[in-house]
Amino acid sequence: MGWGLVAPALIWTGAFFVLPFAAMVVLSFAHMEGRTVVQGFDVGNYVRAFTDWTMVKALVNSLEITAIVTVVSLVLAYPLAAIIAFRVPARWQRLALLMAVLPFWTSYVVRSYSWLLVLGQNGVVNKALLGLGLIAEPLEIASTRTATVIGFVHFFVMLLTLTIYANLIQLSPNYMRAAQDLGAGRWQTFRHVVLPLTLPGVVTGAFLTFVLCIGDYITPQILGGNTELTLPQLIMLQLGRSGNFPLASALSVVLMGVVTVAYFLSSKWLRLDRV
Amino acid sequence: MKALAWVYMAAAYVFVFLPVAVLVAFSFQDGRLPVPPFQGFSLKWYEKVLGDGDLMVALGNSLLVAVVSSVVALFLGFLAAHALARVRLPGSVLMRGVLIAPMTVSYLIVALGLLHLFGMVGVKLSLWTVGAGHVVINLPLCFAICFAAMGDQQKAAERAARDLGAAEWQVLLLVSAPMLAAPLAAAFFLSVTFSWDEFIIAFLLTRFDVTLPVEIWSMLRSGLSPATNAVGSLVFLVSVTLVVALELLVFRRAK
Repeated sequence: MGWGLVAPALIWTGAFFVLPFAAMVVLSFAHMEGRTVVQGFDVGNYVRAFTDWTMVKALVNSLEITAIVTVVSLVLAYPLAAIIAFRVPARWQRLALLMAVLPFWTSYVVRSYSWLLVLGQNGVVNKALLGLGLIAEPLEIASTRTATVIGFVHFFVMLLTLTIYANLIQLSPNYMRAAQDLGAGRWQTFRHVVLPLTLPGVVTGAFLTFVLCIGDYITPQILGGNTELTLPQLIMLQLGRSGNFPLASALSVVLMGVVTVAYFLSSKWLRLDRV
Repeated sequence: MKALAWVYMAAAYVFVFLPVAVLVAFSFQDGRLPVPPFQGFSLKWYEKVLGDGDLMVALGNSLLVAVVSSVVALFLGFLAAHALARVRLPGSVLMRGVLIAPMTVSYLIVALGLLHLFGMVGVKLSLWTVGAGHVVINLPLCFAICFAAMGDQQKAAERAARDLGAAEWQVLLLVSAPMLAAPLAAAFFLSVTFSWDEFIIAFLLTRFDVTLPVEIWSMLRSGLSPATNAVGSLVFLVSVTLVVALELLVFRRAK
């Protein structure tokens, strides 16, 4: 009886997720002759992925950007979630949280575009700084890594505020009270009581940030431009310009491998079925 | 210390709302560029956007794909969660893992895999292929939400219904689903908002019937324009309405 109910979901996931992924792994060992794909077992694509400087650089860029984004977003989101959970009166908390993440629901292509309006040469930030006389020349922020990072951080601060808040609010105030009664200061209470108890939530949020950030094409493409390619941008280039599907597949498998490593590094604290 | 907290919160709100505020403000720009200086208030870009046939078709496509794929994802996810929460099946931990797995894979990889598979099998790209991809990414979400929501109270009610002679489909339809109305609605609305806003799968898996994010993407190629601001503001308005409606209808009542 139970089987009949799980089967449809399993079949769907198998047919449209597991199978395509397996086919992609097979394809990653094929190679191109002219414009046709030649099946076979050829590790050339992987050799290229780890020796060709453009590809290595893209992987390094992706890892660096993702690491910066994950850390900065966590550092910014934790205090915000804590203020909402502990300082804002209980009846206003839901509203405060809803407001803090409202722009989360803008279309995600549009969100990156909006940052272009803010950070661009003629954008709001440059116009304001020029108007105040703080700078003489407009800053070059758009089409740089900084713009990509700002666009990402904006999104993930909202996501992490949500997940961290959900964890903080479940803490019983008695733990904090007990720590303080035992003579712990604010910092000690946070370091030894609050932080360890919210660690699973923080790690789960950080892992989601990592996965969504490293695999995103739109934000670096719109905000970073083509100056510093990320792995997804490189994959899309292989697909579009040269139609090199096998190489695109190999790069995707590499991307998948990076995520898998991140998964195992964080698996001890990860609670994916309780996001 | 206390003041610092409020200052921090205010600064965070400014950061979070800055791009949206700029987006919406310059959608009313009476000029050709959505950047300062603000040249006056005008609704002409909204007029242009709402009269744009391609955009309206794309909007319709997006809504269609979002609703249909979310219904399918919710249906599959609910059934699977129901079974895995109730019955101890051999390998249920593994099955849960498989169902959750797509959550950890970037959409780009899901899209590439499907593009390759559909190519091999000879399936023509269309809104259906996009929808299939959207079910893949939303199924884990629906499953996880339903699975987390199933508690002992439901179990007892379902057992009672079965003892009183209800068939399994009656239990599902008349007992489980109404009891889980709030999480089911939450899962559905979340799926709809994710699907109708999704870009990379929709971009790679359809040729001629494009969805709204893909249409917006092609608008971006011709540079900055207040028309893009207007579309973005409208999309934001629809999403926010959905979220607020969900908040008011579902979560308020659940309390």
